[in-house]
Amino acid sequence: MADGSSDRTPAPPADVCVVGAGPAGAIVAARLAEAGHDVVVLDAGPRFDLADREAQLDAHLRPGVDGLWDMGGERDAYATDGPRDYPLNAARVKGVGGSTLHWQGIVMRLHERDFELRSRHGVGTDWPIDYADLRPYYAAAERELGVAGADDNPFAPPREEPFPMPAFPPSHSDAIFAEACESLGLPTHSVPNARNSEPYDGAAGCAGYGTCKPVCPSGAKYTAERHIARAEAAGARVIDRAPVQRLVHDDAGRRVEAAVYATPDGTEHRQAARSVVLACGGVENVRLLLLSDSEAYPDGLANSSGLVGRHFMDHCFAGAGGRIDRPTRQNHVGFNTTECHALYDGTDPLPGVKLEFLNYAGPSPVTQALGAEDWGDTLLDDLRDAYGTHLAVGGLVEQFPNAENRITLDRSTTDDHGNPVPKVRWSVGPRTRAAIERANEVQVAVLEELGAEVDWVVGPDATGPAFHHMGTTRMGTDPAESVVAPDCRTHDLDNLWIAGSSVFPTGGAMNPTLTIAALSCRLADRLDGWL
Amino acid sequence: MDLTRRDAVAALAATGGAVAVARTVLDSPSTESTAADAAVPEDALASLVAVAEVVYPDAATGVDDFVETYVAGRIADDDARRAGVVETAAALDATARDWFETPLAELDPETLDGMLRDLRVDVSDPDPNGGLPGRVRFYVVNELLYAFYASPTGGRLVGIENPAGHPGGVESYRRAEMPPETEDDG
Repeated sequence: MADGSSDRTPAPPADVCVVGAGPAGAIVAARLAEAGHDVVVLDAGPRFDLADREAQLDAHLRPGVDGLWDMGGERDAYATDGPRDYPLNAARVKGVGGSTLHWQGIVMRLHERDFELRSRHGVGTDWPIDYADLRPYYAAAERELGVAGADDNPFAPPREEPFPMPAFPPSHSDAIFAEACESLGLPTHSVPNARNSEPYDGAAGCAGYGTCKPVCPSGAKYTAERHIARAEAAGARVIDRAPVQRLVHDDAGRRVEAAVYATPDGTEHRQAARSVVLACGGVENVRLLLLSDSEAYPDGLANSSGLVGRHFMDHCFAGAGGRIDRPTRQNHVGFNTTECHALYDGTDPLPGVKLEFLNYAGPSPVTQALGAEDWGDTLLDDLRDAYGTHLAVGGLVEQFPNAENRITLDRSTTDDHGNPVPKVRWSVGPRTRAAIERANEVQVAVLEELGAEVDWVVGPDATGPAFHHMGTTRMGTDPAESVVAPDCRTHDLDNLWIAGSSVFPTGGAMNPTLTIAALSCRLADRLDGWL
Repeated sequence: MDLTRRDAVAALAATGGAVAVARTVLDSPSTESTAADAAVPEDALASLVAVAEVVYPDAATGVDDFVETYVAGRIADDDARRAGVVETAAALDATARDWFETPLAELDPETLDGMLRDLRVDVSDPDPNGGLPGRVRFYVVNELLYAFYASPTGGRLVGIENPAGHPGGVESYRRAEMPPETEDDG
């Protein structure tokens, strides 16, 4: 872990205080610092040293080595009280770079229908902006993240320019799947990856470590550390291990005056700023607003609507796997190269489904060897038997917003600073269950078309979250029905903005980070104008 | 399959070990002592080689050069790991001397295999801070298995020339078959 600056005292009153150094906050910080504004970034977690990435790979592959991203413990305590468990600390990283430190790096645009669910289908809600509004920012976001992709997806929304880098070519197993998908009328296409298919913007091309999630030692996978570096080069001050305890507003309750943060020695400081951008993710954004309650905002800051924390959404995993009688060449790389969006727009059931053809089905020999209870020739025989013929089709399934799925505070449990911890209530509704079942039918059909022996299916009972926290400070035009306005500024406070997927009114079934980045580019433009 | 020092350097590339040191070793005649070798006591290296002869498949030959080069590079600039490996190897050697009145490196493979199983190293969770079985699993057995199976060396025996943890590029995942081994592998 990098030492970083030991000076964690506040900067002079800043133009912008960004809370959270993940992609949402880092992009805002970089663009505003480069526009000439005084920017301070506060993050609850540490800076992780790039020189430690290979040791972190060790921690990932070798049982018994701790400390990959240091999540857990009193700092990160949480509770769940819904019908489904929610493994929150597996779903996030606190630190400079945020959850892009451990993400897989799949980045595609939402489809046009995702912005218009209520109008088109009478479910969920509409976004107050449409695809055309976000389209130029999607292009900007693809440049910011460095996206390798190809314009070969017949289901994708229209685009105006090529991807910054060529797509990673299809894998051997993609070619196997293509045969079956063609027979079943399922067009396949490439996957946009925030991973360098060639050197890009000073970062290396992919080296093929095969461990993208949770760590990329080569630096080819985008992390928000790149934007933090840009922000600092433009003069921004970044303070790590500085969890914000609460936001303090003026007497009128119209402006945030300061972010109160703690440092490792237990001291509290106030960072004053003309504007504050909240960018701590879909759970901690809520927690910080609720912890910042006051006489003016007894139910939590910016919560006049009562909707802060409600409509928590994730994407549900659906999948099936098995073995065939020929080599499938899995586990060479840790990312996917082929998907299918055919089950997404106007389907029955309605929730969108995105199919993913995995390049890492079945056990990785090294992982299996390190956990085996034998060695020598017996181990080699076991590895040979287990490796080589697995295939799997995964998928993300959409959840429509449900006000009962929500983030609240658990006042019976406190973190290392004595603050109540977040409580997650998450459930999977009947429409999503039906869509998961539909995904499973198609996944099994593809495998059976290949003559596979299907040996596992993850359906509606076994499904889990894809770790995409959305919807908890939703965007809208009506202050009674939303937390932020279409420009991502809160309805209640004139200088408080929210970046990240917590503002998504609906989440589709597309990995959210490209949309997060696009909204951050847009927010930075709006805030630049406001300043 | 004859293991070489080049294989060990490829294994080190997967671990972030001191590749520069290892390459120095690679460039040295095998009979020369090097600064890297000197970082690990000879009896510890001999114990590691003996265990490798047990946990590696019979198809692997040339284990001694591979292990010495890998271990030297792996722990050259990691004092904590070096201490863990050396101390655990010494404790295992002491157990061999206690049980069989023979240095571990001189045990025949069947006896050593039985000793490791009697210690329950095969079924113990690797634990760098645990009891002897957990530490042996972590610092000795898994260190050796990691060197072998996270590199093209061991991966090829299983059927994968670019196993997880090895920076083997972005060509292999597209191939229908594993190509014949070349000097450039790794």
